[in-house]
Amino acid sequence: MALLQIAEPGQSSAPHQHKLAAGIDLGTTNSLVATVRSGEAQILLGSDDQPMVSSAVRFVSADQTDIGQSALDAAVFDAENTILSVKRFMGRGFAEIANQAEQLPYQLVDQSGLLALQTRQGVKNPVEVSAEILKRLHDIATEHLAGELAGVVITVPAYFDDAQRQATKDAARLAGLNVLRLLNEPTAAALAYGLDSGQEGVVAVYDLGGGTFDISILRLQKGVFEVLATGGNSALGGDDFDQAIVGWLLEQTGETERSAQSLREYKLLARRLKEQLSKAEQADFVLPLGDDEFRGSFDRATFENLIQPLVRKTLLACKSAVRDAGLQLDEVLSVVMVGGSTRVPLVRQQVAELFGQEPLTTIDPDQVVALGAAIQANVLVGNKSEQDTLLLDVIPLSLGLETMGGLVEKIIPRNTVIPVAKAQEFTTFKDGQTAMAIHVLQGERELVADNRSLARFELHGIPPMPAGGAHIRVTFQVDADGLLHVTAQEKSSGVVASIEVKPSYGLTDEQIMSMITGSMQHAKADMQKRMLLEQQVEAGRVLEAVHAALASDGHLLEMEERKRIELHLAELQQQRQGQDGEAIKLAIERVNNSTDQFAALRMDQSIRNALKGHKVDEV
Amino acid sequence: MNYFELFQLPQRMELDAALLSQHYLQLQRRFHPDNFANASERDRRQSVQQAALINDAFQTLKHPLRRAEYLLQCRGIDLKHEQQSFQDPVFLMQQMELREQLAEIATAPEQTQVLQQQLEQELQQGQQQLHNELSQALEQQSETGNQQAASLLRKLKFFDKLQQELEFIEQQR
Repeated sequence: MALLQIAEPGQSSAPHQHKLAAGIDLGTTNSLVATVRSGEAQILLGSDDQPMVSSAVRFVSADQTDIGQSALDAAVFDAENTILSVKRFMGRGFAEIANQAEQLPYQLVDQSGLLALQTRQGVKNPVEVSAEILKRLHDIATEHLAGELAGVVITVPAYFDDAQRQATKDAARLAGLNVLRLLNEPTAAALAYGLDSGQEGVVAVYDLGGGTFDISILRLQKGVFEVLATGGNSALGGDDFDQAIVGWLLEQTGETERSAQSLREYKLLARRLKEQLSKAEQADFVLPLGDDEFRGSFDRATFENLIQPLVRKTLLACKSAVRDAGLQLDEVLSVVMVGGSTRVPLVRQQVAELFGQEPLTTIDPDQVVALGAAIQANVLVGNKSEQDTLLLDVIPLSLGLETMGGLVEKIIPRNTVIPVAKAQEFTTFKDGQTAMAIHVLQGERELVADNRSLARFELHGIPPMPAGGAHIRVTFQVDADGLLHVTAQEKSSGVVASIEVKPSYGLTDEQIMSMITGSMQHAKADMQKRMLLEQQVEAGRVLEAVHAALASDGHLLEMEERKRIELHLAELQQQRQGQDGEAIKLAIERVNNSTDQFAALRMDQSIRNALKGHKVDEV
Repeated sequence: MNYFELFQLPQRMELDAALLSQHYLQLQRRFHPDNFANASERDRRQSVQQAALINDAFQTLKHPLRRAEYLLQCRGIDLKHEQQSFQDPVFLMQQMELREQLAEIATAPEQTQVLQQQLEQELQQGQQQLHNELSQALEQQSETGNQQAASLLRKLKFFDKLQQELEFIEQQR
């Protein structure tokens, strides 16, 4: 490749400047932030010198919010205002969670279909609560690194659907973070191990966290991380182990009246017992019971009996993921353990039995994901000049459309490598029809009702034609983050139909903007400042990219065209110095319009060169 | 630029699978959106489209049936939207018999182990033969060869469907 080093758009041609980047593991129980310093990934410690921040948010008073251990400690006496395991609620509808209401100490609120919680600070949705955790991690990072972060990589379970990914990204935006990429947790873990040991072959990543279980089958070869298949359960984890213990404890004490507070006490005790049994064979406990107290003891065999069905579920998912990857269990070269729940001896033992080998546990299972994310953030932000890793991810669940009779027609099957784009043609069934509704679903089942509704799209502005006359080409594109984008075009007239997206379990752009505004005191001025800053950054990127393109491929252009581009560049350069965000935005658009053709030419040339360059190298 | 040109491979049915994946990875290394995380919005959008196209091209050429269909499309024969009825009674008879076997396996799980293996073998043999004929027909590079290939491809699609259904039944167990 060395013979053809053309500066690609976006790859800086200026001398290298180290940019600050961080990897964030936004976990159900704990969250971590890590960065690469002097070539090594390391966890950044919080103000209490702990590597992990408890994913606990407490709304203390109208204007005070507590995050982390102190919030967790308060959970016992202020359960209603202390949100734990908020990740389970991300991208979820009110109706989906309402059936668990009895077991939750919160006042659930239906926020136009979305789940939200009534707190001392008013109604808070899971995106806002997660943003609080992210802000804390953001603070830890900027404090350690003494500067603003250029970007972050945030990890999500591979099993997360579109709504859950979008919610995570929205939370980051609310916390003022620039997301370079959402990375699947198991991929991050493999990255941490892969780069350390230079492994090649098929790797299974078994990730049992607090609230989610993921199994991913990856192929690692010469710097390429290829996700072959993923599976799991987005509602199964260590919390369920705790829940099982709570059930057992309640049986022992015979207590039926359960206040939010006592429920929380049971839960904390359950977690402590579980942790003790990872090392000891037996653990004793005392529980207050009315005016009296209850003394008991909990042993390994009882614990293992309780969780055996849950562990079995994870093993079944492992088997089917391996099958989806087109492999046999004995073809798996190594097994990586991720997540605090993999410390449970029964889990390790059964995973070892299934795969016929001892799983890898050399990197702390709580930290491995954040470390991998930091490594990837460092690459994406541009601190590593050579692109020696390539992460090819797949879409975890099939995308489909509702058809006649409440059935789903799959358009993008699960485990398809992303990014991916699929076009589907629709036609009108009435004379003069100008609008059309499309319902997008995610899941593997045949009936609409059994899948998860992703979004409803309404196409407007279809030119009136006889029935069947209009051909509307709808393109579904899933980007590298696993997020869906939809565009539509009427083919005969070329009219681009406008699309109105109604995410079934997500927030609209306006809602997010108003959340951002609402969280700031001098809202309007801040918003304008933020917009100006964003446009200035984007202008810088455009200027750099186009200048680099002109320098390397200017010969592709006619004199006339080149002059026009340079004129627009000069104009953008000038606007960028000013204070008018809107004007900068318009200037960027003009540059983009005048370079569309040029960009296409370069793309063609670049494709030819990408392969040609290699051949020259090989000779 | 068609998919064969994209990967710089000869426009034929026979294909060097190792070279295909090597070129695929090379292109993805260059165009994957991860290379553009810091780029301008337009460039990021473009890289997503490009990477999606490369992925689609790779999947199309990788699978023999899709490759054959694409090859015919390049030669002006589009199988996607055709509504042609099938005119081969012997073949249809054979398919019906295979389908009956499949139904038997689906409804009577006790004694299916043998049946299943038998069906698998039959499917494999049928497909193997058709595949060979398909390759030969496509190599002719003639109008008759192409028409012949199209008809073989239609038959192979029947087999493919059966194969998928059989795998689905197995997975349900």
